[in-house]
Amino acid sequence: MSSDAMAIRNVQVGGQPWVQTLHEWVTTVDHKQLGILYILYALTFLVIGGVEAVIIRIQLMYPHNHFVSPQVFNRMFTMHGTTMIFFVAMPVLFGFANYLVPLMIGARDMAFPRLNAFSFWLTALGGFLLYFSFLGGNGLYGAGNAPDIGWWAYAPLPSRAFSPGFSSDYWTIAVLVSGFGSIGTAINLIATILCLRCPGMRLSRMPLLAWLTLVMSGMVLIAITPLSAAQIMLLVDRYLGGHFFDTQAGGSATLWMHFFWIFGHPEVYILIIPCFAFMSEIVPVFSRKPIFGYPVMVAATVCIAFVSMSVWAHHIFTIGMNSYANSFFAITSMLVGVPTGIKIFNWLGTMWGGKIQFKTPMLFCIAFLFQFLIAGLTGIMLASAPFDWQLGLSYFVVAHFHYVIVGGILFALFAAFYYWYPKITGRMLSERLGKIHFWLFVLGFHMTFDVMHIPGLLGMPRRIYTYEPGRGWDTMNLIVSIGAFIQGIAVLVFVANLVVSYWKGDTAGNDPWDAWTLEWSVSSPPPAYNFASIPTVASRRPLWDLKHPEDPDSRYE
Amino acid sequence: MSATNAITTPALDTPEAWSLPYRGTVGMAALIIAESAIFTIFVVAYLFYLGKSLTGPIPRDVLETPIFYTICLLSSSLTIHFAGKFLALDRRGGFLGLWMLTIVLGALFLYGTGHEWHRLIYEHGLTISTNLFGTTYYSLVGLHAFHVTAGLVMLCIVLTFGLAGRLGRDQCARVGVLSLYWHFVDSVWVVVFTVVYIVRR
Repeated sequence: MSSDAMAIRNVQVGGQPWVQTLHEWVTTVDHKQLGILYILYALTFLVIGGVEAVIIRIQLMYPHNHFVSPQVFNRMFTMHGTTMIFFVAMPVLFGFANYLVPLMIGARDMAFPRLNAFSFWLTALGGFLLYFSFLGGNGLYGAGNAPDIGWWAYAPLPSRAFSPGFSSDYWTIAVLVSGFGSIGTAINLIATILCLRCPGMRLSRMPLLAWLTLVMSGMVLIAITPLSAAQIMLLVDRYLGGHFFDTQAGGSATLWMHFFWIFGHPEVYILIIPCFAFMSEIVPVFSRKPIFGYPVMVAATVCIAFVSMSVWAHHIFTIGMNSYANSFFAITSMLVGVPTGIKIFNWLGTMWGGKIQFKTPMLFCIAFLFQFLIAGLTGIMLASAPFDWQLGLSYFVVAHFHYVIVGGILFALFAAFYYWYPKITGRMLSERLGKIHFWLFVLGFHMTFDVMHIPGLLGMPRRIYTYEPGRGWDTMNLIVSIGAFIQGIAVLVFVANLVVSYWKGDTAGNDPWDAWTLEWSVSSPPPAYNFASIPTVASRRPLWDLKHPEDPDSRYE
Repeated sequence: MSATNAITTPALDTPEAWSLPYRGTVGMAALIIAESAIFTIFVVAYLFYLGKSLTGPIPRDVLETPIFYTICLLSSSLTIHFAGKFLALDRRGGFLGLWMLTIVLGALFLYGTGHEWHRLIYEHGLTISTNLFGTTYYSLVGLHAFHVTAGLVMLCIVLTFGLAGRLGRDQCARVGVLSLYWHFVDSVWVVVFTVVYIVRR
């Protein structure tokens, strides 16, 4: 028996064999491990999508550049868009939601743990299929051929005649499959938030992150599904000889645009609402004040969700609609600015008079406030139909939505990484590297996307392969490209910080930020069962009540 | 306050009364919302392309209203509802009888769809690639028939458990979730029936 005991001790000393670790991660149904898998998966694709962006920017650095061929350029912007939306932004946000929601509402896991694993692996399969097209896009003929139809895949480009081979099929099926994964996760999050809250956690006491995730999941149910339906139609067209988007048989290319943007616009809000959630958790903690206007924040979010369902056609002003449709979609699009403005003022109200701590997460949040405001203002400009006729499909639009996605979503995500990394790993991220990352990224971001508005105003169309010298675009494009490199370097600093701090970072302890929500009451990283005993809460800030029994929030709420 | 491990899980001395909805029902309700959005897009496509086919056949000439099969499907909602009631009372015989009746009614409906498709294909030469009507009609009705098929498979699984004597009152909530899905499939048919057979042009 002594040899058995020895063997057991050896295993404990050396850790478990890597096969066992791998098996554990592949078969896990634990919401924390799945959350980490989502996040790592998204970070991998962030780097891949970033490389594609850099290739696009090198090509556009100088007029008459031939760094890549026009065909490769088309593939790059298609893959960049598809990757960043479906395989970076969606999974990383679902990853954080997966990890944080059960911890924040005092639950031990998600409502349907196996569905959770199934949804993640569907999403993972989607990303794999999309990138397999580089190898298998032409089937067994050998040479690869990634999708090159743009991330909207406007009809008739994805039809058999214009898109031979299988690259468009890989695109369609990748997006369809990852869409099913998103719907599964959304169902799971809704059931978790509504059915697994700990005693005392009424809807009016839920952390805003849980509230906003609930709204976002509801939007996924009604916004991702139209895309799934449209992709099924596309497959019917391509494989069964259907005519949904076949103009020669009376089908309509415009219908695809409507179906795509009925998904496409709410999708932007599906991505930004979790970022509002990060803001609403991080800003109060580093301002040392409770969130300003909690009920209004919830109401504004629900309001954004409703209004965003009826704004889609502002993406297709340029195809020509009647004046009633133009007016309707212009007005609804501008209307979104109202609840969004309320949110910005509420964050400012939270910071107002607070003892603000300028830690890295807070720096990213403050940058978010400025940049998201500017992104919203150019958005209101583009919501005006006549302005959009002039600048739609130009680099002005590219600059606008990158301001939202990078300046808004990515900055909030970085804040979330710096804020919750200690909880997830038990180690603090380096503040020094964090500050370098922040300032480099701010510099690169503004060089790229501030300047990018100008060639757009001067008439540079989006998705253009190359351009003539002497149109006033040359210097601008050079600056934009240099900014892209700086952002790339900043992301490398960030990745280095993630890796180095995992081993070398300071130990975090349970509650490094002196925060107030339930996830900080358990150890870092949390145990597999989350809570040894299910907590009970009496206010929106249960840990404040615990730390200040003489003056608990529950007295005022 | 710096890094601290002194924080414990908060607990109240006098916890309030606490009850939350059943996760199965909420999950199914969420799935139904998602499915409704998918069906909405197919219905919109059907209505948008109604009368826009460049060649025949057109709905007015070839469609026959499937009254009998519609009655079959809609009444299966009643049988599954009362089957659930019997299960709640722990009356196995009544439950199994009505459950089997539900399956028979659903299968009859599927037979009706198959029969109609056979007639359309062999008598009228209408396939999914014939014209816009064919594309939208087969997609919409086919999507619904697919959901009926999936429902029937799940109903049969429950039947197997029931025949093996594994179902009792404890499973009432789970069976209720499945019957919620079945009601959804039936109510989608009301919409499909309306746009395909009543609004036919």
